[in-house]
Amino acid sequence: MSTLTKQTKIGSLIDFPAKGFESARSQAKEAFEIQGLPGAKTEEYKFTAITKKLEQQLTDVTMAEPFEVTPELVNSHLFEGFDGDVLVFANGHFQSNVSSQIEGIEISLLSKKSDTSIGKIAKPEKDAFCAINQASFADGLFISIPKKTQLEKTILFLNFTKISSGQVIQPRIWIEAGDFAEASFIEQTINLTDVTFFVNKVVEIKGGLNTHLHYYRLQNEGSNAIEVSNIETDIQQDSTFSSVVISLSGEMVRNNLSLNLLGSNSEGNMYGLYLLNGKTHVDNHTNVDHTIPHAESNELYKGILADHSRGVFNGKIFVRQDAQKTNAFQQNNNILLSEDAVVNTKPQLEIWADDVKCSHGCTTGQLDEEALFYLQTRGIGKLQAKGLLLYAFAGEVLEHIKHEAFKTYCTQLVEDRLGAKL
Amino acid sequence: MLSIKNLHASIEGTPILRGINLEIKAGEVHAIMGPNGSGKSTLASVLAGREEYEVTDGEVIFNGKDLLEYSPEDRAREGVFLAFQYPVEIPGVSSTNFLRTAVNQVREYRGLDPLDAVKFLTLMKEKMKLVEIDQKLLSRSLNEGFSGGEKKRNEIFQMAMLEPKLSILDETDSGLDIDALKIVSNGVNQLKSKDNATIVVTHYQRLLDYIVPDYVHVLYKGRIVKSGTKELALELEEKGYDWIKEAVDSEATV
Repeated sequence: MSTLTKQTKIGSLIDFPAKGFESARSQAKEAFEIQGLPGAKTEEYKFTAITKKLEQQLTDVTMAEPFEVTPELVNSHLFEGFDGDVLVFANGHFQSNVSSQIEGIEISLLSKKSDTSIGKIAKPEKDAFCAINQASFADGLFISIPKKTQLEKTILFLNFTKISSGQVIQPRIWIEAGDFAEASFIEQTINLTDVTFFVNKVVEIKGGLNTHLHYYRLQNEGSNAIEVSNIETDIQQDSTFSSVVISLSGEMVRNNLSLNLLGSNSEGNMYGLYLLNGKTHVDNHTNVDHTIPHAESNELYKGILADHSRGVFNGKIFVRQDAQKTNAFQQNNNILLSEDAVVNTKPQLEIWADDVKCSHGCTTGQLDEEALFYLQTRGIGKLQAKGLLLYAFAGEVLEHIKHEAFKTYCTQLVEDRLGAKL
Repeated sequence: MLSIKNLHASIEGTPILRGINLEIKAGEVHAIMGPNGSGKSTLASVLAGREEYEVTDGEVIFNGKDLLEYSPEDRAREGVFLAFQYPVEIPGVSSTNFLRTAVNQVREYRGLDPLDAVKFLTLMKEKMKLVEIDQKLLSRSLNEGFSGGEKKRNEIFQMAMLEPKLSILDETDSGLDIDALKIVSNGVNQLKSKDNATIVVTHYQRLLDYIVPDYVHVLYKGRIVKSGTKELALELEEKGYDWIKEAVDSEATV
């Protein structure tokens, strides 16, 4: 076991009492015993010293309890134009009384679906925080979309956080989609208090044949949020899965996003935009596993970093020996607006098949001075010209949001941040 | 309109312009010619306000104002327009949105109300005809994937939209086939009036068959070494630049 053990505040969570899923929980504990918490020498967390951060920032590690959320509170935080269904969480605990009743799909507390095979998609062996969640989450949410059900309305996961200092929130969501199901999800957190908190989230998504799913995340919880998320999806034959992650704030955020392409003619898309300022630290670790022939993955992450912010991008693509005719594309582009901002970017391709098309590229630089000058010579003021260029850079990610109202909302947030109005 | 006196400019400590003198009045077309590396594009860039160049001496007075004191955007708003030798591709910025922002910022500076969407589109359609530019092109990202000719036509189209007092065309002819050259020249000629002036920077005389200059200046080693009328351009076409270089170089050694 690692030197960082249960003696640490955050490590002690592994033994926090939790009900149900006994075998999954003991499996998670074992996985944790073996890997321990990530430390300075852990390759996967080399640039994101999350354990250290948590030890410094969390004064008293307890699980955050749910609190009462009123319909008024929910309504006041729905972004403009949202006309979908809302599933509300209070400190990670599902609140059915203020959530939409969605017809045609099954929604339940995870504890009531005890035969759910949690931990089989997001495996605790792969990540210590994933293991901690599995060992000690209080309860989660179970969503099942039956075969041939196409949800017209988007489902919004609206998380409210209200905590005293140093508490931990451990949401867990299981989504399964039957064959030919289609759905889209948006995840948003509203922080109601002004103290540091830690969210350790796991979402497992199990797709059927020919399912089409979109998963959007907006991370804008403010500078008190420390977050680790493990989101992993199994994508079957003829299916598509698209993720867009917009990260705008947070003290330290680590997103582990993994797609497993398990059936041919499947497609996985991962898009991300991080606009960072102050001392915000955002780390996106993505993982695509091509296990079968004739599948495609597209990945585009873009970052604009100001002040002392730090961005990390690590993109793994595995193309296994059987996965001939794979198309896998990955791109990470960054603009640094300050000399103190730092980006660490690392593409990691492991290709065992010989008949594939794979490409990756990363760029990190300053704003294009020539483009800036060009706009200025047309009478556009320097500040606005900068905003225009940055917005254009960011827009390439935003255009992958297919939910119009959410796209407008995110675009507005991005424009406000970039000082461009166009 | 424009008075350049003893202009010296350098880039990273290397002097490029070494005492340019030039007077341009409203209604005139001036051609600036010269061999490669003579400082033609530098002069265009310095007038537009490119930051890499440091003006070490001299002055530029534009309509009574000290042009060198102005930012690039304020020079544009005062009425200076530079058509780029290499127009910049800007992914993600649509030509239409970009131009509307530009036109309205220039109008605001000049104390005019912004154009609403309808008026803007009407103006755009009118100006598009000048350079035979396709609307489809303008719905795309600015210059992205445009051919060389399309980029140059887009420069003249932008010039038409911004209605500058002084237009500087930096090697606008280079790389154009004859059809594109005619279209671009035709656009420039139609925009010419008694109230505006044009500086045509070019390496080749060919362009001057279509945009007929009132004056031709030869730039060499950062100075205007010879000035004349359009006949000078024809002479240069015939004899090349060597005779001018030799005359200047021998003078320098005397």
